Parts: sequence; structure tokens; C-alpha cells
Amino acid sequence: MIPFDFEYYRPDSISQAVDLFMSLTRQAKKPMYYGGGTEIISMARANNIYTGGVIDIKGIPECNKFGYEGTDLVIGAATTLTKISDSNLFPMLGITVARIADHTIQGKITLGGNITGTIMYREASLPLLIADCRLSIAGPGGTREALLSQVFDRRIRLEEGEFITHFIIDSHITSLPFFHRKATKIDKIDYPLITVVALKKDNRILVGFSGLCDFPFRSLEMEDSLNQPGISKKDRIQNAMAYIPAPIVEDIHGSAMYRRFVLENILSDALEL
Amino acid sequence: MIQIRDISTIELDINGEKRKVTVRAADTLLHTLREQLGLTGAKAGCENGDCGACTVLVDGWPIKSCLMLAVEAVGHSVTTIEGLKNAPTQKAFFENWGFQCGYCTSGFIMNCHALATIHPGADDDTIADWLQSNICRCTSYEEIANAVKQVLKKDI
Repeated sequence: MIPFDFEYYRPDSISQAVDLFMSLTRQAKKPMYYGGGTEIISMARANNIYTGGVIDIKGIPECNKFGYEGTDLVIGAATTLTKISDSNLFPMLGITVARIADHTIQGKITLGGNITGTIMYREASLPLLIADCRLSIAGPGGTREALLSQVFDRRIRLEEGEFITHFIIDSHITSLPFFHRKATKIDKIDYPLITVVALKKDNRILVGFSGLCDFPFRSLEMEDSLNQPGISKKDRIQNAMAYIPAPIVEDIHGSAMYRRFVLENILSDALEL
Repeated sequence: MIQIRDISTIELDINGEKRKVTVRAADTLLHTLREQLGLTGAKAGCENGDCGACTVLVDGWPIKSCLMLAVEAVGHSVTTIEGLKNAPTQKAFFENWGFQCGYCTSGFIMNCHALATIHPGADDDTIADWLQSNICRCTSYEEIANAVKQVLKKDI
């Protein structure tokens, strides 16, 4: 049971949602945008977060877009992971999200919710980062478009009152060869020890990582090393290791040394793309 | 726009009936089903989305009711174990001894019922993928899988 009260709103439009956010902010109610709600409910139940009002974006048409618009694949922020994986419109993303939590929860977690959550893994961000995904962002200043990489630095960084309405992916990307590997400690259903997602584009391997550091990331320096011509695969991997952007996680799932060992093996497979 | 600012009465579609319930916005569907409507088939296990004992169907899809607000169910059709009424999955669990202590059983049955409805030709990988959403502390997994396969074969 959630030990505090909050107000619930399910607006029908972007402008209603933004107006509500600003109004609740003026009332010091610390509003939160609400997608699938799985993280908000579980964190609220444990009293780890507080909000006086949630704004459910599932009633907003732009947040429910799902399909092709011209040469772009457009996925609303309120689209569930199940819908993405079942559709197979973007296999690299579909396979990645099909390994987040379990099948039933995937029917509740939304793409926007996973990307903007506080849990450190946020694996859905990996395919989107390496696909150079664009975001449509709504807020008090209107709507704007940005590259995911422009607003993602260890986590999504939006202005006060902003929220992602939908994700835009160049449809050309969706059919390129890709690699996905999620290594867990024991069970299939678990947080990742390491998840690696890789894409081969223009004869380069692009790579995203989760579980390695305490945030998901794509490192252009690591990619340069992994794609360096004229040296062995083993040396390319060793060179890439020097550019891991933060300390390797050391926790109950595995030591930093073990994670490093697993990563080297996964990268060896990924480079066969 | 749907909104709840204080304790309010909302109407939910539960097992084909329109039911009025008085809830806080922060009340989960699980809590509302059990405490407001007396539908205690959905069990409170971990209340963290891990165990699946609270699984119900929302518009035919399995949902862990501990991770859904009751107000989110407005405008959707909710089915609990009480609404199945001798469905083939229930009979198959009985015939295959797909339960021991029984605490996880209604959640498993709801998930398996949805699987058989949505994927009547499910292969072993699909069955495993769906069943990994639920945990049986008594480890009746073999019998539960047999029950699902019996339903999928329409041998019940």
C-alpha cells in the first residue's frame, strides 16, 4: 500500500498535461509524469519517492503513436514493451525490451518510462542511443525535437515540466544487422550483469552498454577503438577497455573484475557482426 | 480528462459487471479488488511486481495488479480468477496437480489463461517466456507447464 496520497490526472492532450504540471508545481505538489507507473508505484510503496500528483500520459495521442511516418519509425512514449517486441517493427529494440523484467511486466512498462526511470540499467536506451534516435519533447516552451544523445548524459536531462512524447527512428536503421547479449548472474529474469547491444552501420560497429557502470551509455571513444583498422580483435577490445567512462560496478551480481571478463567475451562475439 | 483529487468513487468493469468503488488515487488495483470488492483470488505476495501472485487480466492481457493503480483501470475490462468460472485452464491445473500450497495458483492460472487465449499455438519457448513471470515457492513448475500444454492441445 502506498503510504501517502496523491492526485491522479489522465489528460487528453499535451497542453493539458503541461498546464497540469505547472499548476501542481506552483502548489508545491512535486508532480511526476506517469507512464506505465511500475517504478513510481514500487518506489512509492517503499517510501523512496514522494509526489503529490501524477500526470498519466497514456491518454495523450502523441504518446501512443506507433508505426511509420514517412521514412521514420515513430514510437510513442506510452507504448508498452510488449507492443514493441510483439510488433517486430524494430527487432534490435524488440529483442532488447523483451529481456527487461518479465513478460507480464513488459505489458505495463512503457518505453518512455524505462528510458526516464531511476533504476540504473534502463536497457531500452541502448538500441535508441546507437540508432541515433530523435525525441519529440513537450514542455512549457512548446514542443522541440532533440537527439537522444543530446539530452542523455548518464540519465535523461529535460527542463522542468518537459516530457518525451515520442521517439523517432530512421527506418533504414531498423533493418541493419545487430547483436544483443544480456548476461545475468543466474536466472534469465534478473537485472543484467552486463547487457551489450551493437549495430553494424556503414561498416562500423556501434555499441551500447548497461550494467557495466552505474548508468547505461554509448561511448564514441570505445567505438573508435573497437573499429580501429589494422590491429587484432583482442587488442581492439583491450584498447576500448581504457575508455570505460566510470568505475565498473561491483555488487552482488558480480565483481568489477568478473564484469570486465564477461564484457571482453561479449565484445569478442559482438565484433563478429 | 480523468482525474481524482481526493477519495473518490470510480466505476470499474470487473468480471463483466460495473462496480462502484471508493478509492484514493494511490490505491493499487490489487488492494481495491481485495479490500473494496472482496475479490481475494488475486493474492498479495511481494507487492513489488516480482512474484505474479496478484496477476489479473486487463483487456485480456495479464497484469500484476500490485503495480497498477485502481484508477488506471477506468475504461478497461478487468478479469479476476473469480470471473473465469471453470475455464479449461482451471480444470487442467486440477487434473495435473499444478499447485501445492495454492498461494500462487490464481496468478498462474490467469497468466496461463491469457497465454492460451492470445497464443493458442504457443511453442515451448513462448510458454517458458510467459511462465517466468510467476513464481511458485513450492516449485510446481513441471506440473504447471503440463497443465498449460494440455490446454493448448485442447485436450481438456
